[in-house]
Amino acid sequence: MPKTENEKGYVNIVKGRYKPKGKFHIIEKNQPIFDKDTGKLAGVTNPRDMTYIHSYGGEAIFFESLGKGKLIATRCENEKCETAYKSIFMPFRIYCPDCLRKTNLYDLTETARKTAKIHSYIITHRSGAFNMLNKPIKFINVEFDGVCTILMSYLSYGDPEIGMRVVPIFKTKDPTYTIIDLSFVPEGTPESKLPEGFTF
Amino acid sequence: MIKFSDEQLKIPKMARPVYLVTAGMSKFDRAFPKSRTEELVIQAFTAASDFIKMTPAELKKYIHTCYYGHFADHFGDQLLGEAVIHDRLGLDPLGNIGIKTGGATGGSTLWEAVKTVASGYSDCTLAMGWERMDEVPTDEGNHLISAAADKDWETPLGHIYTGYYAVMAQRYWKIFGKEEDSFRDTMAEIAVKNRGYARMNPHAHGPMKITIEDVKNSPIIAYPLRALDCCLMSVGAACGIVADEKIAYELTDNPLRVWVGAGSHTLRVADRRDMKIPLLPNETEETYKNFGEKYPGGDRYPGFTSFLAARIAAYYAYHMAGIIDPCEDLDVIELHDAFTISDIQSYEDVGLRPYGEGRHYIESGDGYLKDPKTGKKGRLPSNLSGGLIGCMHAVGATGLMQVAEIAYHLWNRWDEIHEPKEKWKAFGREKPKDWESLQVPGAKRGLAISHAGVGSHVTASILMHPDHLLKED
Repeated sequence: MPKTENEKGYVNIVKGRYKPKGKFHIIEKNQPIFDKDTGKLAGVTNPRDMTYIHSYGGEAIFFESLGKGKLIATRCENEKCETAYKSIFMPFRIYCPDCLRKTNLYDLTETARKTAKIHSYIITHRSGAFNMLNKPIKFINVEFDGVCTILMSYLSYGDPEIGMRVVPIFKTKDPTYTIIDLSFVPEGTPESKLPEGFTF
Repeated sequence: MIKFSDEQLKIPKMARPVYLVTAGMSKFDRAFPKSRTEELVIQAFTAASDFIKMTPAELKKYIHTCYYGHFADHFGDQLLGEAVIHDRLGLDPLGNIGIKTGGATGGSTLWEAVKTVASGYSDCTLAMGWERMDEVPTDEGNHLISAAADKDWETPLGHIYTGYYAVMAQRYWKIFGKEEDSFRDTMAEIAVKNRGYARMNPHAHGPMKITIEDVKNSPIIAYPLRALDCCLMSVGAACGIVADEKIAYELTDNPLRVWVGAGSHTLRVADRRDMKIPLLPNETEETYKNFGEKYPGGDRYPGFTSFLAARIAAYYAYHMAGIIDPCEDLDVIELHDAFTISDIQSYEDVGLRPYGEGRHYIESGDGYLKDPKTGKKGRLPSNLSGGLIGCMHAVGATGLMQVAEIAYHLWNRWDEIHEPKEKWKAFGREKPKDWESLQVPGAKRGLAISHAGVGSHVTASILMHPDHLLKED
């Protein structure tokens, strides 16, 4: 059963420190595990309801930008970098993996709209616990012109094919601030077919 | 990195020879509702001491340092699980440390143990691995495994690891499998082979007598991967004991030389940039001339079709041990068949076939002890244990199980571990009426590949009979 508002945990940062508010765990007592054949005790359950408090650090701007309809990559601008100068990274990298200099932000939104295509894909009807996506999930790996990496995401409409042109969509209404705020649809998909809360 | 310096490609050198003295395994299963982890670990350790006709207490007297492979603390809700096991094995006050490299944890544990002996720090080291994957419901287990992907960029996409592999299968099938149904059949044949071999292994968790059609009709997990294409989620323990020459020959008349090479690549497949293919000793620049024309889309290396970490692990290990052509120089191998597709990918990474041609290792019959289609002896049989698909994937133990299985062949004592009806009975398993020995006759050299994530860490462990080395120290 979903938690009520009073049962949820919230966190803000005040003067550089985390300030948790609300409940972060509901205690549920353990239960014995009996062997039905022998009637003897074999173990116990240990229920855990926990909430992690996670910092995005230097990647925060990427996740915040998704809710604003922007796909922000990074680019190595170190002229002395032997292998990655001018390389564009998506997934976003805070530091160049080769020279370890801090990268610059690079707005990839228009490039993604014009060049994104499916490198590989799968469709799965299964998921692990805590999955928030509707099933079946259509995983896609997306390549962009001029980008040296291939982003993992999901297709929200239509059936994927290798080489298919796709365009990014963003959960600009009530964003989750996670990677699932970014999705893709086939080029030419009408706005009426986008999932709730998503825009081009 | 996409370019490697000479210093990085230096062949590792061990200061003195290292020997595998003995190895042991527990029973493997999906769940052990009535056994604590330490019971399985002690079962594996006792099997190792029994194998060299010693009591556990006698063997313990030789051990100086301990390495423990245990990947997923969060499965058991127990941090410092290694300290629990070390205590229960009664090995205080010896130095010990835990090793965690995902699916490669078992291989990495042996890698570290070997280095302690090679350096002279220890003369006899225990490498013990285990995993406890039955203490959460399966869907939570799938989430916990998916947490080994990038938790911000990948895990929220379904919380299911198979999906992250299936995209590789899809790409490989299109580029190198040329979208042929026959390629899908070859993938399925691997599952039939490995689950069939598992039928001869009393330790195995997933033995099955099945057909290619059974695999292709099994439930879809993440298309094109179906349930029978996927490895098991297991519980169990396995260990190996390595020593210097003096102690090795005190403990046994027949120790095996051991080398381990290791490689890595990005945790996210997404981050894998295009690079030149690093060559193994049996390849030249000519091997991959016009590769992109032969396999359109396949010239992005390693892309979604290959594992750089496996190639680099093999590169180091082959050069250390003097292997030129693995199909010629080795007699038996255990590969990390997490999925049928990754087994095929590994054939190429470790040089059994050039990139793009992995399927032929199975289709030619090379990968069998005896090719079921022709009845001919296979050139280099693989995964006679049943592998991860048929025997087990108890993550921290897997790489050590593979090494143990290879060693039993080289010791010519495979039957002793797998045949006794008393063991089948003790494990509560029915010995097949058509049980047959899978001992590789005359085996002198073997290889085990231990592999993590979607190729983040890989180790290549090579074992050889000391009278059949390929190069001088």
